[in-house]
Amino acid sequence: MGRIWNLEEHKGKTALIEESGLQMTYEDLDSEAYALAERIGHRCLVFSLCRNEIGSVLGYTAFINHGIVPVMVSSHLEETLLDNLLKVYSPEYLWVPKEQADRFAGMARAYEAYQYVLLKTGYEIRYPLYEELGLLITTSGSTGSPKLVRQSYTNVLDNAQSIAEYLHLDDTERPITTLPMNYVYGLSIINSHFLVGAALLLTEKGLMQKEFWDFFREMEATSFGGVPYTYEMLDKLRFCRMKLPSLRTLTQAGGKITPELHEKFAGYAQETGKNFVVMYGAAEATSRMGYLPPEKAVEKKGSMGIPIPGGTFTLIGEDGEEVRTPMTPGELVYFGKNVTLGYAEKGADLALGDERHGRLETGDIAQFDADGYYYIIGRNKRFLKIYGNRVNLDEIDRLIKGRFQIEAASTGADDHMVIFVTEQDYAESVRDFVIETTKLNPAAFKVIVIDEIPKNESGKTLYSALLKEYT
Amino acid sequence: MSNLEKYNQAFMDAFEITQDQLAGLQYRGISAWDSVGHMELIAQVEDAFDIMLDTDDIMDFKSYEKGKEILSKAEYGVEF
Repeated sequence: MGRIWNLEEHKGKTALIEESGLQMTYEDLDSEAYALAERIGHRCLVFSLCRNEIGSVLGYTAFINHGIVPVMVSSHLEETLLDNLLKVYSPEYLWVPKEQADRFAGMARAYEAYQYVLLKTGYEIRYPLYEELGLLITTSGSTGSPKLVRQSYTNVLDNAQSIAEYLHLDDTERPITTLPMNYVYGLSIINSHFLVGAALLLTEKGLMQKEFWDFFREMEATSFGGVPYTYEMLDKLRFCRMKLPSLRTLTQAGGKITPELHEKFAGYAQETGKNFVVMYGAAEATSRMGYLPPEKAVEKKGSMGIPIPGGTFTLIGEDGEEVRTPMTPGELVYFGKNVTLGYAEKGADLALGDERHGRLETGDIAQFDADGYYYIIGRNKRFLKIYGNRVNLDEIDRLIKGRFQIEAASTGADDHMVIFVTEQDYAESVRDFVIETTKLNPAAFKVIVIDEIPKNESGKTLYSALLKEYT
Repeated sequence: MSNLEKYNQAFMDAFEITQDQLAGLQYRGISAWDSVGHMELIAQVEDAFDIMLDTDDIMDFKSYEKGKEILSKAEYGVEF
C-alpha cells in the first residue's frame, strides 16, 4: 500500500482517460507506478515536468506513493528559470515529456513509459530530505522563484480526504482537467479523486477549443475547476446555454470571482440542478482551506464560505486580538492538518521539519457575517493573482532590475498588473522581457513610464500612491 | 475605416502586433494568442463590428483567415 492511496482497492476501475483515447485502470496505474519507483529504488528528489497526460500523472503517483519526493513544475516553464531551479535543488532525476528529453544533453535515460522519460541528472550534490516531506510545489507558477512550498504526506492525504468529504466525491465522478497539475488546485483534484477511485479525464486542450468540449461530452465529465478568469471565459462562451447533462459540479478557486459572475453561475447551477462551489485556499495550506456549500451559493454571494472539515479560521485584528464581532476585518489565520511544513528557498532547506505547526497566517484580510460565513476583502502581501496564478510583485521588480539595472515598481489589481518604470527607452524591452520570462499574456499587464517612482522618507516605494495616481 | 481595416486593427490591438504579422496568423501561433489572448481578440472583433459571436464561432475563430470567413456569414454580414 502506498503512502497516500491504496490503488489496489480500486483495481477494476478506470483511473485515467487521456484525450488521445488512451486509458489506464487503477490496477495498471498501481503496477506501472511500482515499476517506475522501483527503477529509482530509493528516496530522493525528482523534478517532474508536468502536463495533463497519463505519463505525467503516472510519475506523480509513483513518486509520492513510494516515498520519492517530486518537485512539481510546468513542462512549459521557461528554460532559464528551470535551469535555475535545477541548480538550486540539485535533483537526482528528472521526469520529462519524451520530446523534451533532448534538451537535457548529457543526462542518461533511465526509464521510459507513456511518452515520459526518466533522466538521471548526474548532479553530485544530494540534499538530505526531511522524512515527512512529500512533495514540493511553487507558490507562483510564472516568475520561477526558487521558493517552494514543502508539503508533507499528512498534508496531502488530510486535504484530499477533507475535499472528498465536503464535495461528496465517489467513484462515479469524472473530473476533466482545466488546470495544470503543477498548480495546487489542479493537483488537489487528482489527490481527492484517486482517494475515492474516480476516473480523471486528462486533456491539454483549453476551454476555447472545440476538442475540449467534444472530449467533455464524449466521456461525460462530471466536474471541473476554474479560476476567476476561467469563469470569465465561460461566460464569454455563453456557457450557461450549453447542454452538458453529465456535469454535476463546478468549483471555483484561485482568487475572488466578481460578485456578478458568482451570482450568474450560482443561479445557473440552481436552475440546472448542478452545484457551484466557491472555495478558498493556498499552496501553503496544501490546497483548500474554505468552501461555500453549494446550497448557500446564491444566498452568500461574494463569500468564500466556511472552513473545510478539520480546519478552523480565526481573524486577528490590528490590535493583535482575535476578532469576535461580525463584519469586522482582521487577518485570516487558518488552523488544520493541511497547513504545510514551510518554505524551501535552497537545497539545504529540504531537511527542515515542520515550521508552522498547523497554523497559517494567510495574509488575506477577511471578515465574517452573523452566520459565520467568511468574506475576503483585501490582502496584506505584495502579490496579485493573474489568471489564478500568484504573481509576486517584488519578484517582478527584482527580475526587471536584475536584467536592465533600472528602477521598476509593479502594482495593480488581480488580472491587471501595472509596471512603472522611469526610462522611456526601456519600456518596450521591459514588456517583452516580462512576457518572455513569466509567459504572461500581454493583456495581463501594462508598462507605464513616469518621471519618478514615489517613495517615502525611508526610501520605501509608495505603491498605493502609484496606483492611485496612474490608474 | 473599411471593414478590413477594422478587422486588422482588432488583431493588432488584441495582440500588440503589426500589420505584416497578420497573414497566416493562427491560434497559439504567437505567444499572445493563447486562450487569454483569444478572449481579448473576440472582444475586440465584437466591439469593432457591434456583433455577438456564437459559441461555436468563437471556438472556430482559429486563424486570421478563418475569422474573415466567419464574419462573412449571413448572421454577421461583414463584407470584406
